[in-house]
Amino acid sequence: MAEQNISGEPVDHRPLTTTNTPSPVTPYVRKNENGENHLVLMVDGVNCAKCIQKIEGTLRKIPQVTHARLNFSTRRLNLNWTGPAEFAEFLCAKIGSLGYTCTPFSPETFESNENKETRFLLLSLAVAGFAAGNIMLLSFAVWFTGANEMGVGTRDFLHWISALIAIPSITYAGRPFFQSAYKVLRAGHTNMDVPISVGLILTTAMSLFELVTHGTHTYFDSAVMLMFFLLIGRYLDSRARANAGQAARDLMSLMGGTATIIENGVTRTVLVRDLQPGMTVIIAMGERIPADCIIITGQTEIDSSLITGETMPVTANVGDHIASGTLNIAAPITARILRSADESQLASIVTLLERAEQSQAKYVRLADKIARLYTPIVHLLALITFISWIMLGHMAWQPALMIAVTVLIITCPCALALAIPVVQVVAISHLMKRGILIRSGNALERLAKIDTVIFDKTGTLTLGKPTLCNKADIAANTLQIAASMACHSRHPLAQALASAYDGPLLEMTVTEHAGRGLSATHNGRDIKLGRRDWCGASNLPSQPDYLEIVMAQPDTTPVMFLFTDRLRPDAIATINTLKQRGLKIMLLSGDRHEITAKVARAACIDEFRAGLNPDQKFAELEGLHKTGHQVLMVGDGLNDTPILAGADVSMAPASGIDIARNTASVVFTGDKLVPVLQALDAARFAQTLVRQNIGMTIIYNLLAIPLAMAGYVTPLIAALAMSSSSIMVTLNAFRIRRLK
Amino acid sequence: MSVLLYMIPLALLLGLIGLGSFIWSLKTGQYDDLDGAAQRILMDDETDNSSKN
Repeated sequence: MAEQNISGEPVDHRPLTTTNTPSPVTPYVRKNENGENHLVLMVDGVNCAKCIQKIEGTLRKIPQVTHARLNFSTRRLNLNWTGPAEFAEFLCAKIGSLGYTCTPFSPETFESNENKETRFLLLSLAVAGFAAGNIMLLSFAVWFTGANEMGVGTRDFLHWISALIAIPSITYAGRPFFQSAYKVLRAGHTNMDVPISVGLILTTAMSLFELVTHGTHTYFDSAVMLMFFLLIGRYLDSRARANAGQAARDLMSLMGGTATIIENGVTRTVLVRDLQPGMTVIIAMGERIPADCIIITGQTEIDSSLITGETMPVTANVGDHIASGTLNIAAPITARILRSADESQLASIVTLLERAEQSQAKYVRLADKIARLYTPIVHLLALITFISWIMLGHMAWQPALMIAVTVLIITCPCALALAIPVVQVVAISHLMKRGILIRSGNALERLAKIDTVIFDKTGTLTLGKPTLCNKADIAANTLQIAASMACHSRHPLAQALASAYDGPLLEMTVTEHAGRGLSATHNGRDIKLGRRDWCGASNLPSQPDYLEIVMAQPDTTPVMFLFTDRLRPDAIATINTLKQRGLKIMLLSGDRHEITAKVARAACIDEFRAGLNPDQKFAELEGLHKTGHQVLMVGDGLNDTPILAGADVSMAPASGIDIARNTASVVFTGDKLVPVLQALDAARFAQTLVRQNIGMTIIYNLLAIPLAMAGYVTPLIAALAMSSSSIMVTLNAFRIRRLK
Repeated sequence: MSVLLYMIPLALLLGLIGLGSFIWSLKTGQYDDLDGAAQRILMDDETDNSSKN
């Protein structure tokens, strides 16, 4: 970061960058086995081959970069490079300069189990598919040649080969079911895998018995095909499953580190957790406030985007209270500690968050609910069949068991195992193409049930960054000069000013005065751009609703640049549509009442609460839960994380802070709010499809079970029934692609 | 029917080759980005050819 501004003074951009990008990317850099730096970024705005080429091409031209590959399906960019880890900031800026926004990913939280389990399931699936295909090939010969045409020897030969393929592949590819069934049985419970395992093992064993006794029917094909279909369902399910969030732990790491205190005129470094009320701390520019405190000397600006989601820095003077976790961005200050770090606001958010994460575990997935009903019924039916054939039908135990086993096979939750995951995976990939990342199939189920949507204000309803709003009142050359100066600063308002101007910039020497503004000389005139008192323009009319920068030139009236945070472009339309869908919409904000009211009015939201701290926000949520509401929370700040974790479903914009993104079950990219609506519609449609699919499988079972119990199910009928029902539910699932 | 004695093993062998190549392609990460692969066909050839993961 040995960057220098034009006046030759070294500029330390490090602290200020945090106000622009919610979090610096360096902490996400990991070392790979070759000692290179590795980073995964989620890139927004990639939609064609050109984008891939542009990003990869640009990055690969940088000599330090050893690997740059963008995964188009997941929008993740894998980067490896040599040299310092901090180089990541430069690489991100490079991607930003191409016109794409990127946010870092912590690989540990996102894809830890994805690789191992999913890969194992896919391998099992491949083996099962191979076995099913080949056995089916042999079985066709048996099924479609009459008993007279094929001799017993040939039939036995074909059956033996089937057994030879089936037994090893069931041993290998059936492991996901056997392991899970063994685990729950040992714990004294049962799940869907128990009837599956019993079915698979019994079928194979009985078929082997038939084989040895030269029987007509073996069910190796049924067993392998069953396993194949079940594995498809299991594989899709594992892809749709979320990883447990560890937001609270991420948050705790913010509270680590050290602080500098003054004692009897001497400075000393202490651990943040050892800070005591009454101590005096020095907080340098760019440092995080270690604990709640009150300013003794100095005037600065505080960026509380991490805590409140409020991206506009707030001016803080002597006597002002500042909260732990916020960032001092303008000038050094000294402050007196009010509360120790453990009792500070940040710590209370962590406690809330942990509570919220624990309360989440109660949700039971639809598939599990069905499994609980299903397992005993199926086993009971098979048992009844077995006993009735022996008692009433006076049959020997072997053929009776064979019939009971066919009941198990035919009822095995083949289509049921596919019914839910296929829909979820298709829906998730459909949404992913629209820039909406669903963390789990679970989230889809819950999203379909919500009746209340809570929005956070800054960064969620609004874009969360200031935009110049009086551009029309400013002369073109004034704007040109101001923008040329502003582009030298990383202050959010200066950046907003610079980005409001798109013409050619002027060459000039700019000096940054921390906490006050920028000064420069242009055509022999001294120009100041910054705070109104510093520019000598205190008598300008004050504009309490806006943030401002003043530009002063000698002999001219100072010019004011006013900034405000805009609503997301489609916020009003989205909210109105959500209302039409019959949802209750609420706005909860930590901001002042007037500002919140204004935004609520602008966005057509009738119900809003302002000035809430995280505890109060969470209390609102608990109140809603008590009255039986199912809540979707959309938020992006640290103060939203407890409620994000506690809500039935939560969404966070990709621009939100990392912890909010990790907590939320849905993450959306882009400047628009419409993903909320898209996700909701997709979830509701997916739920309809799931219900249809379950309905179909129940009808199928109602038809097939009596046949199986009566002993009419041959391997051919079992194969037909299983595959046709599975294909039906799969085709039905793909209807979700019709959604816009 | 004696033709079965070598036709069936031959069919199985072909199947196994298919299975083997699937496992190979899976392990070399060729299924990691299917949409991306579809897009990459359209790209101009690059001198830097680091397409393997």
